Amino acid sequence: MTTERTQQIPGQAPRTPSYVSPIPIRQANLGHALASEWTKIRSVRSTMWTLGIFLALVVVLGCMVAGLIGADTYLNAPYTMPAFFGLLLGQMCLVSLGVLVVSSEYGTGMIRTTFTASPQRHRVLAAKIIVFFLVAFVTAAVAIAVVGLYTQLTVDAPSNPAWLPTVFKGALYVSLMGVLALAVGSMMRHSAGAITTMLGVVLVPAILPPFLLFNESLVDVAQFVSDYNAISALSLIFEGSPSTGHGGAQTALLAGLTVVACAGAFAAQANRDV
Amino acid sequence: MIALEGLTKRYGEKVAVNNLTFEVRPGIVTGFLGPNGAGKSTTMRMILGLDHPTSGAVRIEGRRYAELRDPLRTIGALLDANANHGGRSAYHHLLCLAQSNGLPERRVREVLDVVGLSAVARKKAKGFSMGMGQRLGIAAALLGDPRILMFDEPVNGLDPEGIHWIRTLMQRLAAEGRTVFVSSHLMSEMALTAEHLVVIGQGRLLADLSMADFIQRNSRAYVRVRTPERERFLDVLRSAGLTAMETGGTLELDGVAAEQVGELAARHGLVLHELSPQQASLEEAFMRLTAESVEYHAHSDTPPAGERAPWGADWKKG
Repeated sequence: MTTERTQQIPGQAPRTPSYVSPIPIRQANLGHALASEWTKIRSVRSTMWTLGIFLALVVVLGCMVAGLIGADTYLNAPYTMPAFFGLLLGQMCLVSLGVLVVSSEYGTGMIRTTFTASPQRHRVLAAKIIVFFLVAFVTAAVAIAVVGLYTQLTVDAPSNPAWLPTVFKGALYVSLMGVLALAVGSMMRHSAGAITTMLGVVLVPAILPPFLLFNESLVDVAQFVSDYNAISALSLIFEGSPSTGHGGAQTALLAGLTVVACAGAFAAQANRDV
Repeated sequence: MIALEGLTKRYGEKVAVNNLTFEVRPGIVTGFLGPNGAGKSTTMRMILGLDHPTSGAVRIEGRRYAELRDPLRTIGALLDANANHGGRSAYHHLLCLAQSNGLPERRVREVLDVVGLSAVARKKAKGFSMGMGQRLGIAAALLGDPRILMFDEPVNGLDPEGIHWIRTLMQRLAAEGRTVFVSSHLMSEMALTAEHLVVIGQGRLLADLSMADFIQRNSRAYVRVRTPERERFLDVLRSAGLTAMETGGTLELDGVAAEQVGELAARHGLVLHELSPQQASLEEAFMRLTAESVEYHAHSDTPPAGERAPWGADWKKG
């Protein structure tokens, strides 16, 4: 098959010079990407819903539980301890939001617009992680702190452990869980699949240990899973004792997992067709 | 300026885009034409660095897309009108794009105004009609006031007023010295807007030429005549050294002007019921060009009837 072509007349330059825009040129950088992602996360309703439910669960459930717990419990537990129950459920809200931050773009086709505007894909993902982490961390810290303040003001009981560190550690743990979800969502590109996967990551290790104990060679594994699952980790952060630790090792494990998942997400999106 | 060199995309066994080499120049509207499934969208995605070519390369003003430091200022694209988050308002959709490239917020309001969506700027995109979605996509493409614009099937879903608007817009953008690259599967649409044509079929380059050349090479001009004195008219033609093709009740004369035929008939006192200069449609020429490469043939039960035949069905037989 032959291709029809117009014979170019030698020396004929394009008729018009290229267009020059009056708008000043700014080289795009991470700051721009962060501003963009901030606009994205605050301009969709799913953010309001997931964070709203998270706040309601942690604060309402926490304040209700605060009065029901025996006053002597607080001798060895911080005033923020009632937030633990809400966080158990509430972390799934942050997981959902983390997944949606990325997967909704793939689901709607927005990702093509995003990557056309910002072909430096790593910068987009980095900005998403930073913005989401800050939003999740601040929201969780506020929720835990409100529960701590409420308990301190309403429960007439002394408390030995300081509660401020648990605000930081509890918020850090659930926010990392959300970032892990974001990375999983970025790799899977599918909202429902990624949320289900994360549900498994949170719940399966908590359910698994009794089943592992059927086999004696797995006793050590069962012990590890039992110590390091998400529910144990949160309970140690809020009710740990010097003998059990205060969830530091568990948070470190989650941080490690999150870093690995994020590395996977960066690698997966780098050369993928979208 | 967009330059493609040996661009190839393979999905397993299937070659979607096959060794495409061409340039899109500034100052004119370049039409990118091909039947459905010819590889137009895949080519456009590769131009934008969204899909990675199996081999070959694309250069945008001499650079790879990923190397562009101010992408929206360089190239604006409308790929798919629904490439936005339905829950986000038109304003916020454009705002997050503007911010990602450090463009001032006033550009958002300016482009909303240009495409006529200012009144619905705060409405969620999922409530938009197809035409409004298309306008939002065009607003996003115009956001960075770019030197290159690329539109994939921009008239889809637009009403006649919208179609007229987008044609005028593309021609104005080109006249300002920008590169305008627009895909379509409708030759008739391209004939009205494009000055240059790139035609592909099954991923291969079929033509890369100016619209004027395409028309000159591919369109057949003839004169149509209807007369009740058919035999006598044919005799007169023969004696004048002209031949006519008989089609149904009419005669078609090639290579002669309508005036000449009229004068000839008058000299011999012939009655004519019709005498009209005709131009074979460009759509036909385009179908002839791409006939072998049409991927999805429609098969109808009834025999194809002239120009209304399903896509390329009759060319396959010839």
